[in-house]
Amino acid sequence: MTMSDDNNERRPSRAPLSATMWPVARTTIRTLGSIAVTLLGLLFVTFIIGRVMPIDPVLAIVGERASQATYDAVYQQLGLDKPLIVQFLYYIWDVLHLDFGTSLLNARPVSEDIARVFPATLELATLGIIFGVVLGVPLGVLAAVRKGSWIDQVARVLALVGYSMPIFWLGLMGLLIFYGILGWVGGPGRVGIFYVDVVPSVTGLILVDSIIDGNWDVFRDAFSHIILPASLLGYYSLAYISRMTRSFMLEQLSAEYVTTARVKGMSEWDVIWKHAFKNIRVQLITVIALSYAGLLEGSVLTEIIFSWPGIGSYITTALLSADMNAVLGGTVVVGLIFILLNIFSDLLYKVFDPRAK
Amino acid sequence: MTTLLDVENLWVRFPTRQGVFDAVRGVSFTLGRERLGIVGESGSGKSMTGRAILRLIRPPGIVEADHINLEGVNLLDKSEKEMRDVRGQRISMVMQDPKFSLNPVMTIGDQIIEAYRLHNSVSKSAAYNKSLEMLEAVSIRDSERVMRAYPHEMSGGMGQRIMIAMMLIPNPEILIADEPTSALDVSVQRQVLDIMDKLVKERGMGLIFISHDLNLVADFCDRVLIMYAGRIVEVCDADKLHDAKHPYTRGLLNSLPRLDAPRNRLEVLQRDPAWSDTPSVSGRE
Repeated sequence: MTMSDDNNERRPSRAPLSATMWPVARTTIRTLGSIAVTLLGLLFVTFIIGRVMPIDPVLAIVGERASQATYDAVYQQLGLDKPLIVQFLYYIWDVLHLDFGTSLLNARPVSEDIARVFPATLELATLGIIFGVVLGVPLGVLAAVRKGSWIDQVARVLALVGYSMPIFWLGLMGLLIFYGILGWVGGPGRVGIFYVDVVPSVTGLILVDSIIDGNWDVFRDAFSHIILPASLLGYYSLAYISRMTRSFMLEQLSAEYVTTARVKGMSEWDVIWKHAFKNIRVQLITVIALSYAGLLEGSVLTEIIFSWPGIGSYITTALLSADMNAVLGGTVVVGLIFILLNIFSDLLYKVFDPRAK
Repeated sequence: MTTLLDVENLWVRFPTRQGVFDAVRGVSFTLGRERLGIVGESGSGKSMTGRAILRLIRPPGIVEADHINLEGVNLLDKSEKEMRDVRGQRISMVMQDPKFSLNPVMTIGDQIIEAYRLHNSVSKSAAYNKSLEMLEAVSIRDSERVMRAYPHEMSGGMGQRIMIAMMLIPNPEILIADEPTSALDVSVQRQVLDIMDKLVKERGMGLIFISHDLNLVADFCDRVLIMYAGRIVEVCDADKLHDAKHPYTRGLLNSLPRLDAPRNRLEVLQRDPAWSDTPSVSGRE
């Protein structure tokens, strides 16, 4: 027997509890630390962008015809007379208290606006990614298993169309056909005009709020409005997810352990799902998390075509009217979501891959 | 000797753009309760022969034979579903490198238990106990910890013993060992072979031992088939391997360094194109 064999077998079978607790605590601290550092970097970038933009925040508030005295007063009120580092610390302090300043467009706190528009995007993105995963993953697996068959070709064409068709065209065609001609779905907007503000806003997600309220008419109406944009977004993530699933799966299906499973006498279904699929979960999580993050950023075109009051169109509108507080606030929120999704997928890695522990 | 397996005129073909490639070309042999070695260089078709018996050649590969009889029943006539009862339970296979042939994200316990429960309807705890027993049979100490461990935590030698335990747990009649020690350190090769040998003997199984290592096969097997370019060029008793007649076998033997007879220059194998055209020698007993 070699040395390595010996070492392996003589390792203590159970470590004492304190020794097993430590790594957990250490991992948690390290994770929180990396969140904090990344967030700090993000805030630094948004802060610098806010300062270097050739937009005078004071002028934007007081207007061009204000007196010099008014200008100076507001200048001081905003803390712009202080050194940059102090301003940055103030900025961090404000953001930690969810204070992103006031929107220049409607004079409301940016945080309130985001609390209103973000759930709309969240609802759309979540439904979209569910479509993408539920249909895209099995399609990709099937395309890999039946490589070269008609299913594979159909999946390939679907993905190609998904990659290359611009959403403003597909969205408009969808509206024309399913809303305009067939009348199967609701038109633009989150709900029909009669149902606006009918259910009290608890989560900001209309589908969830209407269930909480038990108002099924609103639920039906909201669902008929969200189904078309969500399917379209889902289709785009399906194109990506199914292609990636296919290539991950092809790699695994040629691995030796798959042959082992067949030698054991397993059915092909079990070989695919119990053995090969378990090995692509980690890679798949990355792909899905990235797609989801992309959707949560808000897809500006989709939101504009479907008059969807989401964060994508909010940030774009703010940007076009030089409403920097709103832009930076939105950017911080989107960045935070990216960080959280990354952490979440890192945690899932550790659950699904014993080698990552 | 009772014949377990009877292979007659086996062909394995792969259609390619340049035409059909024949990996195995009309091989015939029988296997009793013995240790049959198949030797040959890379690409000689020895692994393909092993996989064709289990009908594991995936499309577009094609397996053709007059028959592959397992105790008188032709495996080629079986449906894919019936084949699943043959695989694992009656014919099993150990592959080259345990690093790749064990599923990296499943515990070793789960993989062994699964192999047993596929063919035996027993409770999980019964299968667990049986697996512990089997691990101990392949000389793994601390078997309970190994059951909970993942393949990457094992060394190569342990991994291969685990593979052997997993493949023998449903108690098959035939084991195909496809280069089972090639990926292992020389120091553990012998140990893994001894364990495999002991189990195969105890259970009265037939063993097909596929290898490119002539000396190992000569030591370890009863009978040897020498394959070249998809055909059997020579069949001989393992202990008489060093008296082999065929120029290919002689060439292979002469190209090996020997500790007891050192030479300054080893011979280079001179291939004769005629070898691949001569019909296959029958490996039937």
